[in-house]
Amino acid sequence: MAHPPQGSPGARPSHAHPNYILIWVFLAVLTALELTVAFLPWSKTIIIVILIGMAFYKAALVGLYYMHLRFEPNRLRILAIAPLPLFAVLVLAVITEFIW
Amino acid sequence: MAHAAAVHEDVMLPPATREAGAGVYNEKLGMWIFLGSEVMFFTALIGTYVILRFAHPTSWKPPGQVLNIPVTAVNTFLLICSSVTMVKAFASAQDGLLQQLRLWLVATCIIGATFVGVQVYEYTHLIEKGFIPSEGLYGSTFYTMTGFHGFHVTMGVICMIYVTIKAFQGKYTQTDHRGVEVIGLYWHFVDLVWIILFTIVYLI
Repeated sequence: MAHPPQGSPGARPSHAHPNYILIWVFLAVLTALELTVAFLPWSKTIIIVILIGMAFYKAALVGLYYMHLRFEPNRLRILAIAPLPLFAVLVLAVITEFIW
Repeated sequence: MAHAAAVHEDVMLPPATREAGAGVYNEKLGMWIFLGSEVMFFTALIGTYVILRFAHPTSWKPPGQVLNIPVTAVNTFLLICSSVTMVKAFASAQDGLLQQLRLWLVATCIIGATFVGVQVYEYTHLIEKGFIPSEGLYGSTFYTMTGFHGFHVTMGVICMIYVTIKAFQGKYTQTDHRGVEVIGLYWHFVDLVWIILFTIVYLI
């Protein structure tokens, strides 16, 4: 019997389900940590760097495991991350203009 | 006549298992392209917010002084919970557990609608306190970003209800549950955007 191609609706997942509950626990714990870090009497710059790092880590967990990017073909991963450099370009370009 | 019907079927109903250019079926590819445009949309909003905060740092109040962080933290937790119920729904569909699929979808609908309800509650209290959209840069950026996100969640809940109804009608099977996967991608994206927004709007 011919197997349907990967990514098609008839395809069985080629991997075991990730531990979705464990990832949910990670996300919840990280959110609690964010709330703690936000009110620590540390330098504002350090707090911002930590908070943004944690936010991006949480976003990556959602993208990789809940949206299954970790298991998708490379072509789809490229499609998914292609718009992200635009964020850096936009912010850097306008900040540069602001500084000048 | 039979030949014409066969041709019609070939054109209008491509085999569900046909592999497309990106290695995925068309609906999923379409959703990813749509999400790419959404990334650019929210990138514009977030980028503008970052620039404005750099340019006018005194227009923003410290975290927790105006916005109700405990309530929003609970709401953030709710959205994370809805993501896990959504992904469990998809996993159930993959495993052919259709009863579980329906239950997880119903849970996702309820939690998603609760998120919207809490956001309406938050808005009501902020407006009562005098924090309105015309309240300078802080107010306008806050309501623009959270408002557009709330609109996306609301649309997601409506689509989720539609998918849930179809699930109860038995339209999804272990071998074809495209609707569940596609709405799931949208839902997780909305969760992902909120993770970023919660940090930069409420905590920084």
